[in-house]
Amino acid sequence: MRNVMLGTVASLALLATAATAEEVRVYNWSDYIDEELLTKFEEETGIKLIYDVFDSNEVLETKMLTGSSGYDVVVPSGTFLQRQITAGAFQPLDMDKLSNKGNLWDVIEARTAQYDPENAHSINYMWGTTGLGVNVGKVTEALGADAPMGSLELVFNPANMEKLADCGVHFLDAPAEMIPAALNYIGEDPDSHDPDVIAKAEAVLMAVRPYITKFHSSEYINALANGDICVAFGWSGDILQARDRAAEAENGVEVAYTAPTEGALMWFDQMAIPADAPNPDAAHKFLNFILDAQNMADASNYVYYANGNKASQEFLVEDVIGDTAIYPDEATLENLYTTTPYPQKVQRVVTRLWTKIKSGT
Amino acid sequence: MRRAVLIAVPYLWLLALFLIPFFMVFKISMSDAILAIPPYGPTMKDGFRELISQLDFENFVFLTTDDLYWKAYLSSLKIAFIATVLTLMVGYPVAYAMARAPEEWRPTLMMLVILPFWTSFLIRVYAWIGILSTNGFLNQFLMGIGVISEPLTILNTNTAVYIGIIYTYVPFMILPIYAALDRLDASLIEAAEDLGCSRFKAFWLITFPLSKNGVFAGCFLVFIPALGEFVIPSLLGGSSTLMIGKVLFEEFSFNRDWPVASAVAVVLLLILIVPIVLFQMNQQRAQEAEQ
Repeated sequence: MRNVMLGTVASLALLATAATAEEVRVYNWSDYIDEELLTKFEEETGIKLIYDVFDSNEVLETKMLTGSSGYDVVVPSGTFLQRQITAGAFQPLDMDKLSNKGNLWDVIEARTAQYDPENAHSINYMWGTTGLGVNVGKVTEALGADAPMGSLELVFNPANMEKLADCGVHFLDAPAEMIPAALNYIGEDPDSHDPDVIAKAEAVLMAVRPYITKFHSSEYINALANGDICVAFGWSGDILQARDRAAEAENGVEVAYTAPTEGALMWFDQMAIPADAPNPDAAHKFLNFILDAQNMADASNYVYYANGNKASQEFLVEDVIGDTAIYPDEATLENLYTTTPYPQKVQRVVTRLWTKIKSGT
Repeated sequence: MRRAVLIAVPYLWLLALFLIPFFMVFKISMSDAILAIPPYGPTMKDGFRELISQLDFENFVFLTTDDLYWKAYLSSLKIAFIATVLTLMVGYPVAYAMARAPEEWRPTLMMLVILPFWTSFLIRVYAWIGILSTNGFLNQFLMGIGVISEPLTILNTNTAVYIGIIYTYVPFMILPIYAALDRLDASLIEAAEDLGCSRFKAFWLITFPLSKNGVFAGCFLVFIPALGEFVIPSLLGGSSTLMIGKVLFEEFSFNRDWPVASAVAVVLLLILIVPIVLFQMNQQRAQEAEQ
């Protein structure tokens, strides 16, 4: 869910330093790791690392459900992981080979266990929230000093959206995230699987539809940073990237991220080993390398997402560990909700509703 | 013997590249979506008899229950039709100019038409995003020379989809028309003009009818891929651009419903077969006429 780039998947085959036949193929989200870590893994283990990236959970899921993907390590998000485990796409982890497993954070493990019972098939790589990115100056200009910047009122109240329409609002093109948010706004269970409840999201989204500039899952990073739009409903780390890009450009744009006070979706990206992985042994070595406290801290310090590794926290820079937008405080953490995968029939209802909202058909 | 082999080759080609893939998709369209690898069942693993007994037309019936599908087919047909007419209007004059150009220029002109294919199709479509966006080259240029004062919204509309299709497929229109015009006997035009035809009338009565086969070939080469186009509407079109290629993608990835996605594809193929058969008949007639 992170810095998503449309287009063909870029393949980044790193030159192996060691002359060994052994290799491990990792398939992760784009812009989601410090590439120096990849070189470090090869140097430490002598295993050739082939690192490919993808841009959406659906792309990964199609590969997993087709089978014979050829990958040893993949990184689906929680709900997708759960469904793929049911389909038999992943093998249980061999805990004896993961000596660093003790570094994991029990708070996160308790939450990821709802997707992967007992965390038998996966380890947490990173996690984040879905919330509001605002261009502080422009939103204040449109709505006044008391603009509800940290509330869902900002994007689901048509009166506010009407005033924001001129400066531009982007929503994620991700029904499994936006429909729960709409349900949460009207006080329904965001994780409802009842088609009658899900249908209530339609009225909420349709009321603000005329004021939404675009449904897209990555363009908002640049658009926010350049000041082309004033609000984006998007993923935490992406909006933080927009904030940093705007600060670097010194273009006078101030971007802020908040997880809505009414509650925000918390998602988890999990590393898992496909059932038919060609080299499960090397895959475990890669997972154990990622579980190392220093390595995981390096990754988080680079991509600005929180991780599920308790031991890594002492190596995190203050910009990351001290930022409540990345590591929420207790009160915000309490307010975060998670979702579970929709059954096939309900999924169809959700996709259909989303098509209707986007295209009006 | 030799004759049999010669006849067998095109049929084998048809079998390997059309019929076998078609039946694979058709079989999936009659199965049910399940959560497994692969995400549909039954498969050959369940035994042949079991497989046959469980196949049904349920997914095709489903397509009739939701107006999304026929709206998407109709919208795709409309977009493909308009785009084909526009491509013809752009391509014909270019082909005509090429055919009338001095002999020594023609290889160069031909090269210019083919040259864009050296760059990836995807990159070329991406480039249009940079040209058409609100702060893109086109708007900056038009505002710079003072034609417009407010930037035009072209990207994420159907206009951008038409531009994308015309740009991408115009070589497929130019080449067959050029081939037809190139063979045209110039003395026919001279004769028409000697007999009192205006240049325009000569074109309309002689040149255009004789290039008709090229026009037909070009139109089908543009219309058929444009109908199922996915990349151009998803990159350049807006969320209200409804095309069957996008619907198919959503069925396949968001709904994980390969059987319904396959049913959509089978129906799309049936829609395409009509123009393809017309095209074939036209080609055959043209060949017979030549003999």
